[in-house]
Amino acid sequence: MSGMANTLPIEITVNGRRRALRVAVHHTLLDVLRDDLRLTGTKECCLVGECGACTVMVDGRIVDSCLMLAVEADGAEILTVEGLAENGRLSPLQQAFLDKGAVQCGFCTPGQLMASHALLEANPNPSLDDIQEGLAGNLCRCGCYVQITDAVLSVAEGGHR
Amino acid sequence: MQTFVYERPATLAEAVALLDAHGPNARLLAGGTDLIIRLRDGSARPGVVIDVKRIAELHPAIREDDGIVTIGATAVVADIAASEPVRRHFEALADAAAVVGSVQIRNRATIGGNICNASPAADTAPSLLVYGAVVVAAGPKGTRRIPIDDFFVRSGVTTLGPSELVVAIEILVPARSTGAVHMRRTRRRGHDLASVTLCCSVDDTGVTRLAYGSVGPRPVLVTDETGVLADPDAPDEAKAAIFERMFAEASPSKRSMRAGPEYRLAMLRVLGNRAVRAAIGRLEAKGRVEA
Ligand SMILES: Cc1cc2nc3c(=O)[nH]c(=O)nc-3n(C[C@H](O)[C@H](O)[C@H](O)COP(=O)(O)OP(=O)(O)OC[C@H]3O[C@@H](n4cnc5c(N)ncnc54)[C@H](O)[C@@H]3O)c2cc1C
Ligand code: FES
Ligand code: FES
Repeated sequence: MSGMANTLPIEITVNGRRRALRVAVHHTLLDVLRDDLRLTGTKECCLVGECGACTVMVDGRIVDSCLMLAVEADGAEILTVEGLAENGRLSPLQQAFLDKGAVQCGFCTPGQLMASHALLEANPNPSLDDIQEGLAGNLCRCGCYVQITDAVLSVAEGGHR
Repeated sequence: MQTFVYERPATLAEAVALLDAHGPNARLLAGGTDLIIRLRDGSARPGVVIDVKRIAELHPAIREDDGIVTIGATAVVADIAASEPVRRHFEALADAAAVVGSVQIRNRATIGGNICNASPAADTAPSLLVYGAVVVAAGPKGTRRIPIDDFFVRSGVTTLGPSELVVAIEILVPARSTGAVHMRRTRRRGHDLASVTLCCSVDDTGVTRLAYGSVGPRPVLVTDETGVLADPDAPDEAKAAIFERMFAEASPSKRSMRAGPEYRLAMLRVLGNRAVRAAIGRLEAKGRVEA
């Protein structure tokens, strides 16, 4: 491919749905999810890869969507927080966040959920240490770290998700 | 973010031609964990951004051939940390790859980007220096191999030519049994670059190699062939004298917000001692397995 200026057509699969769209080449995946696709569950916060509020899964791996151009996602499979619930029912992980009081203002929650989801997919029985490492890229200004960790542990221990 | 022309070459030849055509107006994009931040804050304003991630030559699987392990430039550090040949032969590089940023960062950050960004704090640099890695670079005149110690100049500057890009890193599997470890001091796990990085290897002839970063414009490699550091029974004063010589090149910035120079210099010695002990431990553990 060559000579692609300013906008470019891309095809991505978001939460199982194929989308063909034209994006500005300097817009991030975060911009396109929120502004073009109106999937505002993914949050914009630090924009420098430090807080994790913009965490989504791209081809099975979590990334900070503020540090990735939308054009780089061309052809990719994307999972956002909106894709965790099935048929209107929260996933066990989401329910655990509510049950354990892991949500205060809720701003970091989508990112925390995506990072926890990825952690549990890779490691269904994480230790406390694994959870702290797996969530090290997600800050919570309300300081719900203990409750978030509890929520992840409760789902892991339950052995179902 | 200012707009630009986005190019996504599929071959190395196309990428080199683009670099050659656009000169300093072009910027290579790998994982973007350094570059996207600079595009957004305006400290980099390229007219053309060349995405290198779909160049087939840059992302073969990490492989071991004839005693050389080859890591493609766009290999992400998460995969390097998990790679079987890396963990087997270059445990300190696996250590380093595993502590870069957070999971989200490690899933994007490439080894090529880490060394080309040439931050003095780049975590993969000390172990690549200790293992004597070679940078394979391609440009209009073909391919050349640059020993990593000749690659780093200062923050953001390498000896790569203007139309060159990094294709791969090659590391020779050590001929001697070697134990090595990467250590760092950082303010907060998952978010911050290190205030001191240090890699140490000890081989079965008693040669100790140290590389340290974040305490000067570029990471530094030094060697002790006296055998004193590698000798667990050598007196502390003898070791301290050798460390003084090895750390002579450290000149931490007075202006950094991360840590003061006194702290960094003190921590360099602490990490040096710890890393030598840990490397000897790993060497001995190998001896037990091989015996
Ligand atoms: C929150 C956060 C935490 C971080 N923590 C750490 C850390 O703990 N340790 C650490 O070492 N780093 C850390 N970093 C820095 C960064 O993630 C690494 O330096 C990473 O390896 C850069 O790789 P990249 O692929 O993202 O590079 P990019 O941003 O894509 O590129 C970086 C530079 O290298 C050039 N480049 C890229 N590939 C090539 C190539 N093949 N040939 C020639 N030039 C090339 C680009 O033009 C650019 O100038 C952190 C960054 C963030 C945002
Ligand atoms: S907004 Fe992307 S990491 Fe903070
Ligand atoms: S719940 Fe408020 S930031 Fe985490």
